[in-house]
Amino acid sequence: MRSIRWLAVIPFLALVVGPFFVNRATPVILDLPFLLAWIVAWILITSAIMAVIYAADPANRRDEP
Amino acid sequence: MNGALVIIAAAALLALALGFLASRGKEMTLEQWTVGGRGFGAIFVFLLLAGEIYTTFTFLGGSGYAYGKGAPAYYILCYGTLAYVLSYFMLPPIWRYARDNRLYSQSDFFVRKYDSPALGVLVALVDIVALIPYLVLQFKGLGIIVEIAGYGAISSTVAVWSGAIIVAAYVMVSGVHGSAWTSVAKDSLILGVVVFLGIYLPYHYYGGIGSMFAAIEQAKPGFTVLPAHGESLWWFSSTVLLTALGFYMWPHTFASIYTAKGATVIRKNAIVLPLYQLILLFVFFVGFAATLQVPGLTGSNIDLALFKLSVKTFDPWFVGLIGATGVFTALVPGSMILMTAATLIANNLYRAVNPAADDRQVAKLAKLLVPLVALVAVFFTLKGGDTIVALLLMGYSFVTQLFPSLVLSLARRNFATREGAAAGIIAGVATVAVVSLSGANLHALKWLPSAVQDLNIGIIALAVNFVVLIVVSLATRQVVQPSSVAAE
Repeated sequence: MRSIRWLAVIPFLALVVGPFFVNRATPVILDLPFLLAWIVAWILITSAIMAVIYAADPANRRDEP
Repeated sequence: MNGALVIIAAAALLALALGFLASRGKEMTLEQWTVGGRGFGAIFVFLLLAGEIYTTFTFLGGSGYAYGKGAPAYYILCYGTLAYVLSYFMLPPIWRYARDNRLYSQSDFFVRKYDSPALGVLVALVDIVALIPYLVLQFKGLGIIVEIAGYGAISSTVAVWSGAIIVAAYVMVSGVHGSAWTSVAKDSLILGVVVFLGIYLPYHYYGGIGSMFAAIEQAKPGFTVLPAHGESLWWFSSTVLLTALGFYMWPHTFASIYTAKGATVIRKNAIVLPLYQLILLFVFFVGFAATLQVPGLTGSNIDLALFKLSVKTFDPWFVGLIGATGVFTALVPGSMILMTAATLIANNLYRAVNPAADDRQVAKLAKLLVPLVALVAVFFTLKGGDTIVALLLMGYSFVTQLFPSLVLSLARRNFATREGAAAGIIAGVATVAVVSLSGANLHALKWLPSAVQDLNIGIIALAVNFVVLIVVSLATRQVVQPSSVAAE
């Protein structure tokens, strides 16, 4: 399941490359201008991605001292 | 004494009390004092990392940036998130190596990996040059906060001195334990106060967050998107990338990893910390709310936006509570910086010239250095002029120069030699200094495409660093190659 680690690349694409495609104020999503909404959404998704990577990572099951 | 001042004073005393109590029942050896006996669980490590990350810069600077510049402030949200993603993979091997080799500082890491005390001295010097201005920034912020939130009853000079004495006292006694304990109060306060402000102010002045952004869009079209030139998309992306790499290179952040009792503690934090980042969203809301309500602040005064609006909106006791929060955002990171700087001087500069010194002597010296470092920072806070501001702007770029040789050293076979690492760091730091001090930027080169002109100039320093590292490593590697080939 080591390939799941590659999910970690997605936040970089979303937050470093992504803004080039979403640099706009509309549509407003949940009261936020679009660019800000995009960033906030990706912070939430990033946390979820890290949780998935954590769950799949055998290193966390070995109870490291 | 007004109501606000009572609350701010109470906060300062609370910090002092927590800071002292933290040392109870522990013998403060160097290992306890500087890395908490490597026994901190997920919550304490979280508190330390959150404690260092949410500084006066986030509180005053974050809201000020949104107030003054709008969308470019979003970069602060992005780089932290990406740094946490990196941390999941990068920090556990660092932690393990530090535990196995009983390391105390970031500089120790380089000493061991590259088997070179001289490289350790270089890293320690870069660290200290970056840390002192960062401490000065905290003290400066503290002074501003107490002066405004106390309605001018206490001058910033008095506030800076009091803050410095408090933080130096509890760092001497409790070390990193003091930072962790005061972090508890700080994070509860900041969570409560900032989220409240970020929601209340937009509703109070605009009737909601959506209508606030609508009002801003009408008054300042394009304020919530990145501009076409200057702090443009290219600036944004390069800055996010660069600061994400430099994030854990801050020596006090780096050393706080050592306090973890296990690698899973660090990995768990990589899940939670991005969410915690979202506090910044509310800081931005405050800045955005202020932009139409207390207009006219320019230059470095944009950092006053949060307090100007608060004083205009709330009763003194509540302004005092905000002030108390601000005081904690200065003291907690200040304590980490102070302890780290003292450890670096004692453990990596003093010990380099006097290798016979044992841990007990180094611990004693580090504790004695704490008030001295604080004094130096107070001096620069009160007397330092433009130099300190210049250093401050360079600090982040300086520590980022440690990234290439650090990451390469994590590989099973390190390509970089100690000469290469040292040369790369020196070249990178020199580039940062020359570029920053001469005020050069890519905008002067009119023939470049505007996308390239907007790139964060730190990228160039990192590139120079990397090229020098490779070239020097190749050159110095050839000398040893015959014997290493023979050994295989």
